[in-house]
Amino acid sequence: MSDPAALAFSEVFFTHGGDAPRIRNCSFEVPEGSITAILGPNGAGKTTLLHLALGWLQPDGGRISLFGRDLDAFTPRQRGTTQSLLPQKEPTGFEFTVLEYVLLGRAPHLKPLAAPGERDIRIATNALSRTTILPLEYQSISRLSGGETQLLLLARSLTQEPKLLLLDEPMNHLDLRHRKGMLELLLDWRAAGKTSVLTTHNPETAAALADHLILVFPGGGMVCGAFAELFTGEHLSALYGLPIRTFDHDGRCYVDY
Amino acid sequence: MTLLSVVLVAAIVVALLLGRYPKPGFTAPRTLFSDPLAGQIFFRLRMPRVLLSVLLGMTLATSGAVFQLMFSNPLVEPGFLGVTQGAAFGAVLAILLFAGSLAAIQVSAALCGILGLGLAYLLARKIRFGGWILRLILAGLAVSALFTAGIGIFKYAADPLTQLPEITFWLLGGLSHISWGELLWVFPVACIGLSLMLLFRWRVNLLTLSDETAFALGTAPQRVRLVLIVAATLSVAAVISVSGIVLWLGLIVPHLARRIFGADGRYSLPGSLLIGGSFGLVCDTLARMLLPGEIPLGIMSSLLGAILFAVILTRRGFRQ
Repeated sequence: MSDPAALAFSEVFFTHGGDAPRIRNCSFEVPEGSITAILGPNGAGKTTLLHLALGWLQPDGGRISLFGRDLDAFTPRQRGTTQSLLPQKEPTGFEFTVLEYVLLGRAPHLKPLAAPGERDIRIATNALSRTTILPLEYQSISRLSGGETQLLLLARSLTQEPKLLLLDEPMNHLDLRHRKGMLELLLDWRAAGKTSVLTTHNPETAAALADHLILVFPGGGMVCGAFAELFTGEHLSALYGLPIRTFDHDGRCYVDY
Repeated sequence: MTLLSVVLVAAIVVALLLGRYPKPGFTAPRTLFSDPLAGQIFFRLRMPRVLLSVLLGMTLATSGAVFQLMFSNPLVEPGFLGVTQGAAFGAVLAILLFAGSLAAIQVSAALCGILGLGLAYLLARKIRFGGWILRLILAGLAVSALFTAGIGIFKYAADPLTQLPEITFWLLGGLSHISWGELLWVFPVACIGLSLMLLFRWRVNLLTLSDETAFALGTAPQRVRLVLIVAATLSVAAVISVSGIVLWLGLIVPHLARRIFGADGRYSLPGSLLIGGSFGLVCDTLARMLLPGEIPLGIMSSLLGAILFAVILTRRGFRQ
């Protein structure tokens, strides 16, 4: 028998309030050490899938498991050291410095009354240098730009040292150079044998990274499979409801619409 | 931080030697032994009062800092969960019923302060919309308004010659009647509360995050939040039951501490503790020194606090 999947949904149903189910009979597996992209139009429920995987939203039916273990069986602390989420947006109130904020990612690793020590600070500064914002270490987070805030949240996610990284629209607010940096970081992450699941509304982000795709259709339908199988004009046209062609150039996939 | 501790200790020593007997101003240490009355005043009145003013400032400021971080709201003050108005209601009730027995007023204030928190908590659980934080704030407002209305009725019904002045003085706050007896029971309660808050000084940062973010970080904020609310409220109820209402201190000192030390609770909580202690001491010393009569402490703290607040807000950050 093969290793258990990093993340597995089996026949998951989810209803937001009393409406028709947002997610219907959803089953997929994310193998360990892969990159999976969740593609779909705005409002189809991509973020909802990530929140279900995180455990923040509870499914109305079906099972979700992490590394072969039921998500409900995890303690908050185990959950926080196994997976982390890069959120799409996050409200911040007080004027923490960048380093102080990133150190909050150590919370699931520390005892209730402990404060972060030297080792935690080393892990946090490592994450800051990987996301290129180490020079901002002592700046107040309220003075960061949108892109810098995105990198700050990514650094905090890395500081959690998870095995599974969930990323909600990781390319948001990033300029071209930082997008490139994000791609490289995620490819390094895979090379280190770790897993990531990301949502994106941009098929080209998926094309640059993903081994697997989950296509989320408006209304809760879903198709999952290997990248090459699903990244076709036919599937994407159906997904976005407009004619789309895909083509290869220098070994990379692009879309035309 | 070290500097602040030194300042606080020095201020305590100076304040102990300041008084209006035998003459207004500085009391030479020698007089304490030569003049038995001066010695009595020093040990039985001034010393507990000075220590309590420090404790009062520390408790209000640290609880204020914890509440502001926890509720992600810099306008919150430590008594807003129904505690301050509850305590005031209890004190006024006791003034009317027990004709000014000091012990009765204090016990009644402490109990009603805690009752205020309990009511706010129960109401927050019943409110049907909004996140937990918003519900607590709304419930605190409602309970405070309820008690304020009750105080209004009592003031209206009180005897304007005997009871009303006493009520007014209590509501303005003051430490003029403090003896070792009060310190003896306020000190342990406040110390336990303060220690708990300081022990959680890093974790309290996590409570500034939205529930969703805290969840993603693998923390369960509810328990820490409850511990801190209870610790802060009990210690605040204990000190204001003997001091009366002292506003502004718990609102402003945390702002000042965050300006100097940054938002991180590892520094802003001990900072609030030390600045609060000094601020409480300065206010109370001025309150008893400036005029032959006593200036109510609440007026002094509002006056100094408002000036300080205006200065902080019009300056750029002290940091870096």
